[in-house]
Amino acid sequence: MIETALTDLWYGFGVALQPHNLMWCFIGVLVGNMVGVLPGMGPLATISILLPLTFGIKPVGAILMLAGVMYGAQYGGAICSILLNLPCHPPHAVTCLDGFPMTKQGRGGVALGLTVMASFVGASWGITEMIFLSPILVRVALEFGPAEICSLMLLGLLAGSTLARGSPLKGVAMTVLGLMLGIVGTDLETGAERFTFGMTHLDDGIELVGLALGLFGIAEFMNSINQVVSINAKYTNVRLRDMRPSKSDLKQAIAPMFRGTLVGSLCALIPGTGPTIASFVAYATEKKISKHPEKFGTGLIEGVIAPEASTHSSVQGDFIPTMSLGIPGDAVMALLLGALMIQGIVPGPQLIKEHPDIFWGLVASFWIGNIMLVLLNVPLIGIWVKLLTIPYKYLYPSALFFVCIGVYAANNDMFQVGETVVIGILGYVLLRLGFHPAPILLGFVLGPRFEENFRRAMLISRGDILVFVERPISAVFIGLCVLLIVLQIYVRIRGTKPPIEIPTVLEGAE
Amino acid sequence: MPPAHSPVVDLVRNLVRKRDFYAGGLIIFFGLVMALKGPGYRLGTLMHMGPGFLPTALGIILICLGIAIAGTGLTVPEGEDEDILPKNPEWFGWACILAGPLCFILFGSYFGLIPAIFTCVFVAARGDRTATLKSSLLLAAFVTVFGVGLFSYLLQVPMPLLTWRGL
Repeated sequence: MIETALTDLWYGFGVALQPHNLMWCFIGVLVGNMVGVLPGMGPLATISILLPLTFGIKPVGAILMLAGVMYGAQYGGAICSILLNLPCHPPHAVTCLDGFPMTKQGRGGVALGLTVMASFVGASWGITEMIFLSPILVRVALEFGPAEICSLMLLGLLAGSTLARGSPLKGVAMTVLGLMLGIVGTDLETGAERFTFGMTHLDDGIELVGLALGLFGIAEFMNSINQVVSINAKYTNVRLRDMRPSKSDLKQAIAPMFRGTLVGSLCALIPGTGPTIASFVAYATEKKISKHPEKFGTGLIEGVIAPEASTHSSVQGDFIPTMSLGIPGDAVMALLLGALMIQGIVPGPQLIKEHPDIFWGLVASFWIGNIMLVLLNVPLIGIWVKLLTIPYKYLYPSALFFVCIGVYAANNDMFQVGETVVIGILGYVLLRLGFHPAPILLGFVLGPRFEENFRRAMLISRGDILVFVERPISAVFIGLCVLLIVLQIYVRIRGTKPPIEIPTVLEGAE
Repeated sequence: MPPAHSPVVDLVRNLVRKRDFYAGGLIIFFGLVMALKGPGYRLGTLMHMGPGFLPTALGIILICLGIAIAGTGLTVPEGEDEDILPKNPEWFGWACILAGPLCFILFGSYFGLIPAIFTCVFVAARGDRTATLKSSLLLAAFVTVFGVGLFSYLLQVPMPLLTWRGL
């Protein structure tokens, strides 16, 4: 098994090292890294803006670039947290707790240097996990019939919406709303036009790019305009040689690095628990096993390293269900999957077999991209730090233009720009009412496939809804769904609080 | 001072102060739209589901969720932030952000890419309270040059730079 995995990986490196693929990967991580640093811009918005531009390139290059944006942003987000105390991106919110105190002590550079290292270790472990687990999962999943796929999707949707931030009820409501938005347009099976309200522009359904940019672009700008805290750039003067950790720092960092990695990879295995939860769990674990828990929050290396390693290992791990089962764990994964679908590639267990260049190329590019990021982050730290000080008043109008042209370029259709504005207003209203719109994307991407498989399952079972609990594998998934719901209700009744206080996070940059 | 204190009035008063009440209401509204419009697309049977089956089912689920969300508004004590509008509503800023893309549509359809970018960025930039006329104009000019270079020359987005389609 190890042998085949290594052969496949070798093949993957062959794909990822082709000059044009290498170039797309580089552009992806560079843009991602830059955007990750910019306060108020998230990977979701960036990937959606870049998405239409990838229609012209081959699927492999497109997915390498978009994935690069995603993990590139993870590297950038840490800089923002450590130097500015701004949790621009939720997975790095917890890094602020000890990262910023380190900066105040003049050790910000060391924190950044160690973070880059921890990120690389975490990511490498996540990638290794992906190499060995994905083929196993695929072998199991290829036996699935429509009933099993349906239950699995249900589990994925439920986990993605209840385990994310905010109230689980509201999360589920958002997912169902996403499913509803996915229904808009012509029904593939019967040709009926649903919820188009007579607008022929809606016949092809709502555009993924428009939906994502409305929710995570326009709604976010409305949320942040004139709200952005003044940036304290006092500590942003970091030079390259400040980043080199001393021997004792390194010694202190190694154990938390591996513990964080482990926590992250475990979190990645549970559907729906993304990098944000992984980072919080890692921080809480460190605090629990530490001999001096009271010192956390005063600038401990452990408090920076463990969550960062954990975030990165979980981000890479999230690709496992996305690529091998076609079930995304969070909104970013849903977007990447949507990108593949636009390229005409059907996600699901057959993907690795039918498009080995995409899967193994992606895996190999993760390593190449992560090495690029380490190399980029060390010399470019000065430039990134300068980027931190770009005021929001220049950022959002420019980003708004990118939103417009991105949506337009998707189909060369001005109607969709208008559609995006409407979705943006809806998104802002939802935000103000305490919803987190990320699960909408999850439902939207999975919706049509869910309906198709549900129909098929019902046809095969001759309309017997009990088929979902009669088939053993499907019954396990349904059982897990029930368990998840019961657990949520239990937690609610008990009123258990999260182990650590969550610092205020700029909305939506998930 | 309210004159009467019947428990029902108290209950309602408690409810309408909560943000979750309106959140639930919105979800119920979406659910109703689907559940009422869904059957019009033909429901079919479980074995041969029509196009209206899933929308109707989802609509009903959404209504239940909406009721549950509004209901939880009753059980939890009043939070700090129960207002639907933020503390300092940015009506002008919001209008500018929404007007930006609308300018892009209008000017893009009739006059081409250059005026579309310029007006979109300029109008949006006016929304920031610290923005001056000069800073907005400069930003708009800069983004226009950059945008034309990137999208028109490099990425070949099919949109004329300057055109006149009349009104």
